[in-house]
Parts: sequence; structure tokens; C-alpha cells
Amino acid sequence: MDKALERPMRSITSLFAAFAVLLGGALTPAIAAEEAPTPPAQDWSFDGVFGTFDRAASQRGLQVYLEVCSLCHALDYVAYRNLTALGFTEAEVEAIAQRYSVTDGPDDSGDMFERPGLPQDRFVAPFANEQAARAANNNAYPPDLSLMVEARAGGADYLYGLLTGYVEAPDDVELSAGMSYNEYFPGHQIAMPNMLGDGAVQYTDGTEATTQQMAWDVTNFLAWTSEPNLEDRLNTGRGVIIYLLIFAGLLYAVKRKIWAKVH
Amino acid sequence: MADTTEHGADPEHEGGTRRDFLYLTTAAVGVVGLGVAVWPFINSMNPAADTLALATVDVDLSALEVGQAITVMWQGKPVFIRYRTPEEIAEAESVDPAILPDPQTDAERFPVEPNYMVVVGICTHLGCVPLGQKSTDPRGDYGGYFCPCHGSHYDTSGRIRQGPAPENLLVPEYTFVEEQQIVIGEA
Amino acid sequence: MAHGSSAVEYRNPAVRWIDRRLPIFSMMHREYGEFPTPRNFNYLWNFGALAMFFLVLMIATGVMLAMHYTPSTDQAFASVERIMRDVNGGWLLRYLHMNGASFFFIVVYIHMFRGLYYGSYKAPRELLWMLGVVIFLLMMATAFMGYVLPWGQMSYWGATVITNLFSTIPWVGDAIVTWLWGGFSVDNPTLNRFFSLHFLLPFVILGVVVLHIAALHVTGSNNPTGIEPKGPQDTLPFHPYYTMKDTFGLAVCLILFSIMVFFAPNFMGHPDNYIPANPLVTPSHIVPEWYFLPFYAILRAVTFNFLFIPAELGGVILMFGSIIVLFFVSWLDTSKVRSAKYRPVYKWFFWLFVIDVLVLGYMGSQPAEGINVLIAQLATLYYFLHFLVVLPLLGKFERPKPLPRSIAEAVLPRGRSAAGMAAAPAE
Repeated sequence: MDKALERPMRSITSLFAAFAVLLGGALTPAIAAEEAPTPPAQDWSFDGVFGTFDRAASQRGLQVYLEVCSLCHALDYVAYRNLTALGFTEAEVEAIAQRYSVTDGPDDSGDMFERPGLPQDRFVAPFANEQAARAANNNAYPPDLSLMVEARAGGADYLYGLLTGYVEAPDDVELSAGMSYNEYFPGHQIAMPNMLGDGAVQYTDGTEATTQQMAWDVTNFLAWTSEPNLEDRLNTGRGVIIYLLIFAGLLYAVKRKIWAKVH
Repeated sequence: MADTTEHGADPEHEGGTRRDFLYLTTAAVGVVGLGVAVWPFINSMNPAADTLALATVDVDLSALEVGQAITVMWQGKPVFIRYRTPEEIAEAESVDPAILPDPQTDAERFPVEPNYMVVVGICTHLGCVPLGQKSTDPRGDYGGYFCPCHGSHYDTSGRIRQGPAPENLLVPEYTFVEEQQIVIGEA
Repeated sequence: MAHGSSAVEYRNPAVRWIDRRLPIFSMMHREYGEFPTPRNFNYLWNFGALAMFFLVLMIATGVMLAMHYTPSTDQAFASVERIMRDVNGGWLLRYLHMNGASFFFIVVYIHMFRGLYYGSYKAPRELLWMLGVVIFLLMMATAFMGYVLPWGQMSYWGATVITNLFSTIPWVGDAIVTWLWGGFSVDNPTLNRFFSLHFLLPFVILGVVVLHIAALHVTGSNNPTGIEPKGPQDTLPFHPYYTMKDTFGLAVCLILFSIMVFFAPNFMGHPDNYIPANPLVTPSHIVPEWYFLPFYAILRAVTFNFLFIPAELGGVILMFGSIIVLFFVSWLDTSKVRSAKYRPVYKWFFWLFVIDVLVLGYMGSQPAEGINVLIAQLATLYYFLHFLVVLPLLGKFERPKPLPRSIAEAVLPRGRSAAGMAAAPAE
């Protein structure tokens, strides 16, 4: 690289670096400024440039969601048909959808009716609306889980930390009625009790259903529901960047050739 | 700018094929990249996954009596379903396909259950919805459907008989899941 | 400026036919082909072209997104999720748009700081600079309204907080806010009008960009030495020298952009915006998008009443003032010398100002409590001192370094003429 180029290039790089540092510095502490400790980072298969979803864990995670979480939490933005992306066959997806009853209608006489779920239906919500959900849950609203990994600072690490973070309340903490103590929940008092006790589900693939295992699996599943196109995005990104590197290299050569005379 | 006659601005006139090769390669790589980059923009206008997933519709035919018709929506289009009378069926079957603009026998169109005529209710001319579903509608010279836009006449099998329409009314893919229940959009 | 300098005759008869009736080809040739451009641009002069690229990218992705987006409080969030999940390539379009906004601001901020460093706002380029400030203001309005559209928690509460700023205006404040909202809180009418305006404003920006470029082509570009070209030895035709340099710069910028879009698309966003808007629950910590943080810090820096001005109104005045002051930089800076390269003292103040803005940005992201408040106040004070005191006085007291006689003399090695230069390092 000739010197004339080097200096401005360096200043541009440092400007971008300054912005990155500013952003990183600005965003991280602001978001993590809650009083709970940061959950430890886990080694997720979907992390990094070559990330992929762990299909087996996600399939088990679906089972945990359906058998435990879905009693209170909706998954509004996910349809049964989407499950084929996790390695389920269309027949399996149909079978899963059929286990749920969907309100459809109105029929010819103007009434709503119930029918078995179809692949194109979105996951059936446990409650008709927020008020019904609150009424059934001690006035706490179990949030929709579709985007849980993206909607929380710390993402999957936070979710896994939360699900495995139920501990005895310290002596100096007075728990309100119906609340549980969680190490990683902001404010520590969480309305959701520990639902993932050992053996809360019977895994169809024979995996032992420990709390850690179920938390791990359902977090994998919810990482997929948060961003089902993640693999597509990373694949495309790798291609685009390789292309741009080659193209930028060619352009640099062209630019140098053109400028050779006047430098 | 390659069109200009004056090339005084061009820094290099000499130079061999190596330079030209570099320029051409770079231009080609850039054009290919631009083309690929445009694709997601165009493709985003194609039907989305949820739209495609709604490609089928269930229809219960048990309430339909002989001579009656119902219209259901499928992929945003009206589908005409008619429980045909024996006379209508006989008439549809009696026609010699050779005289038709779009030759098809009635059995070719409705091989499984000739009692029910199932057609997409969109005129093959320019996309109007033909009349004939309601009992008060005019049904054209051939007793099927009549398109008021440009006067196409369809017969009791939904075949074009007279007028500007080039083809018979489209028969959608459908199957009987039960004796009186069909799924449209699924073979 | 090459007005009428060359009557171009085109060989292609179709081109010739068109050009005689509507001289777009000769105009393009004059303004982007042979346009005499200072020979000594560094890579900071790429950022105008980069900003143009991002404006076009934002409009292109935005138009496609608008085909799928539903501006209603019931469906906005779900329609964005449908774009992310079901629309073909929708996730890509949205991530390009989200991160494109951030990169647009990065690029424009660098473009502005470059202008401040090299004195590009000085005569005869005052209007050029002021049009740029207008573009910046329009960008801020557009970005703010665009951030409301996904109707997440930060969208809703950001809109609530920012529109409420207008309520501090004496007497008519409340009426103005109600008028902005079209109701008594940020709600469906607000979302609808923001969508409409968010679609409209980029085209207004495009119009002002055309004026900005027209003004640029009257005066010609500034350059790192800040002295005007004195003859052909100081300039190069825009094409192919700067077309290629800009294209190369664009490719490098796109690499960084792609890294964000594909590998960290939500890095510059806020997790709370993946929670649907809820008028009953305020997020524990409302922060605007990063590019507003310095101004947000100035807004919050006023914690005391000043004379008859209540603190809230004072903050709003200062925040708007911090942008309005940019309109007057051309006259506030009294130095005869443009480029900081020859202004040994200004150079220091410039970097102090950059740091000051970064500090303000950081403070904007932090809770306004304890020492933060004081730091933000001092940083705000310097922001205004820089423009209102430092720039006017510096021009009077600073002793600039001797200016080179010409650009060619500054950038070409001593003792060699401009003609017949082999590849040699500049400076």
C-alpha cells in the first residue's frame, strides 16, 4: 500500500473503530444497568459466523415448550408449518398441529367453530387475551416467547441463566406472595415459578430431562423462533463478504492503475 | 462517457491487454454483483410463505342440493361449485368436443364426481367474474355462465362456447376427502 | 466549472439526437466526466458519495418494506415480524434498512466532521454547508419517525418522550403536542402520519441533496489544503480518477456494512424494540437510537431553571440550538485559513470538539444521575463555547502556518513539476 493511501485509510479505520467503541461502550452498560448479575456466556451452536441451529436440541426444546411453557406462554409469530425447518417432516408437523384446537369461522350460520389445527395455523395461544392471561396467573402476564431471545439483553445466555437461575432467596429478601427468587431476573423477584424441575418432561429421544438439559433445549428452540432465518442470513453474509473482498481488491487494482500516472 | 469523441481526459492511451483484462474483469464482477443484489428486491414481491401456506381451502358440500350453487374463496379468487342437475350433466356430456374452441369432454374436466362442477369463477378472457351462480342471474345461451364484460358464454361444464374468451373456466386442483367434502388446492 | 467549455459531439446518433434536445449526456460529461476536481482529495472525500449511496439504499429498501408494512397499532408489529419471517428475503431488506440508517448517520457524521476540519463551510461555500445542515435535520426527523414504525416498546416510548418535548413551549405547547399526535397520546393516528411522513421526507432529502450537489458544482470542491485550484496542474477530471476512488471506497464501506447486516444486525438496535408497544409499561431506561445520543445528552443537561426559562424548555432550546448553531459556522469562524492543516491551534480545538461530541454521546446513553449530569453539562458547555467563543476568537489570535502557493506545490515532491510524475508518494 502506498503511503499516500495509508494515512487516510488509517484515519478512516480509526474513525470506524472509534464509532464501534463508542457504540459498544454506550449500549452495553446502559442495557445491563439492571441490578441482576450478567448470566455466564454459554457456547451456543448458533453463535458466530458459522452458526447453525442444533436441530436435536431444538426439537427437544419444542417438546419442552409444548408440554410446559405453552400452558402460559404464547408463540404468536410462529406457525406449525415453520417446524419443517427444524427437521420435522410434513406429516409430523400435521400431527403436531392436529393436537391443538383452532377457533375458525364464522361458518354459514354466523357462528365461530373449533377445528383441529393445520400446518398453516400459528401456534395456538393458551389464553384468548392479556386480561385472561393475567386473571389466570396471579395478575402477572406471561410474555409471548416468539422473540424472547432477541427481546432481552443478553439473549440466549440470559434466558438459559434465568431458567436455571432459581435459587433459595437470601435471608434478607422478603418474597412477595406468589413470587420466586431468581438470580438473574432484574429485581430477582419473578412471578414465574421454576417450571423445569428434573423430569418435568419425558423426552421422546431418551435424553435425561434435567433442569439444565431442558433449559438448554428450550433456549435453543426459542433462539430459532426468534430468528428462523439466522442460517440463511449467515450463509448469505459469508458469500457477500467474500464477493466484496474480491471486488474491492479488483477495484483497488483498477484505481491504482488509473492513478499511477498522476501520483 | 465512452461515447465522447474527445478522450483528452483519459490518462492512458497506451497499455496492453493486461490492463483491459483487469478493467473488464472488474466491470463484469461489478455487474454480476449488482444483478444478484437486485434479486432480493424483486423476489420480495413474490407471494410470501404465509400466503403460500394458505393455498388450500376445505369446502363442505353436504348442505348443497341439486341445482344449487355456492361460491367459496380460494387464493383470493371465487370458486364456483354447482351441484348439477341430471339434465345439465347430460347436456354437458352430449357435446362433441371437436366443435369447441377449447376441446375438452365433461369427463376430462370432472372425472371423479360429475355431480359437482368446480371451476374458478374468473373469465379466461380478461378476468371478470361471470354471472350464473345466483338463481336470478342470466346464465348465457348455453345454460352455464355468462360474462357481462365482453359477452362470453360458458356451458354447464364451464366450457367456453361463444364470445372472446380463449379457454374453458379453469378447474382447480381438488380432491374429495369425504363423500361431500372437498379440499381445493390439493391434488 | 466547465460551463460551455466543450461542445461535445456524440458519435452515437441516438445519443446525439437526445443530447441536442435535452443535454443530459453533455451535462453528465461536464459535471461528472471532465469536472475539474482538486487532485489531492484524501479518502475522507469519499463520504459524500457514500452518503448518496446510503440514501438510495434506504429509499430502495424502504419502498419494498412499505409494500408489506401495515401502519396500524394492531398490526404494525406483526407486519414487521411477517416481513422478517414470511416475506421472501424480507429479513434482508429490513436489516439493510435498519443498519442502513445507522451507516447513513455514521457516513454523514464523518462527512460533517471532515467539513469542519478542512473549513469546507467557508466562503464561498456557505450555502453548500447550510443545505447540508438542512439535510441533516431532515434525516433526523425521518430517522425518528422511522424508528416509531415497528411499534415496539422503544418506538412507542421514544415517540412519546420526543413529541412531549414540544409541550415545553409556553402557552401553545400542549396544543401543538395534541396536534402532532392527532389524539391525546401516541396512538394510531400518530403512527399513520409518521408512516406517511417517513415515506415522504426521504424524497424531500433527495431534492435538497440535488441542491447541495448543484451548489457544490458552482464552487467546486474544497480540498485538504483548503486553497482553491489555480490551474489545470491542480485538478484532475472527476472521471475516471474520482469515480474509481469513490467506487473503491464504497466497496470497503460495504464490507463493514455487510459485517453489521449479516453478522450483528441487532447490535445497534435495542432489545426492547422486539417487545410490542405497551402504553401501560414504560421500559426501565429509555434511550434513543445511538445517532441521537449527543443531542439527547444536551437535552437532559439542563437541570435548572434559567431566569424565567424552566429547565425542560431550556433543554429543548439548547438541543435545537446545538443544530441551529451549525447554520452559522461559516460566519462564526473568523479565520482566513480554511484547512486545519495550516491552523496549529484550531487543530487541537477540533479534536477536543470531536471528543466532546463522543462524551456527549456516551452521556446520552447513561442514566442522568450523579457525576454524569455534571459531565454532560460541561460537555454541553464546551459544545457551545466551541462554536460561539473559540471559533470567533481563534481566527483573530491564531497564527496560521504558511500556505503553499498551490495544491500542486503542496502535494507534489519539491523540485519536480506536475507534469510527467511517476507513482510517487504524495506529501
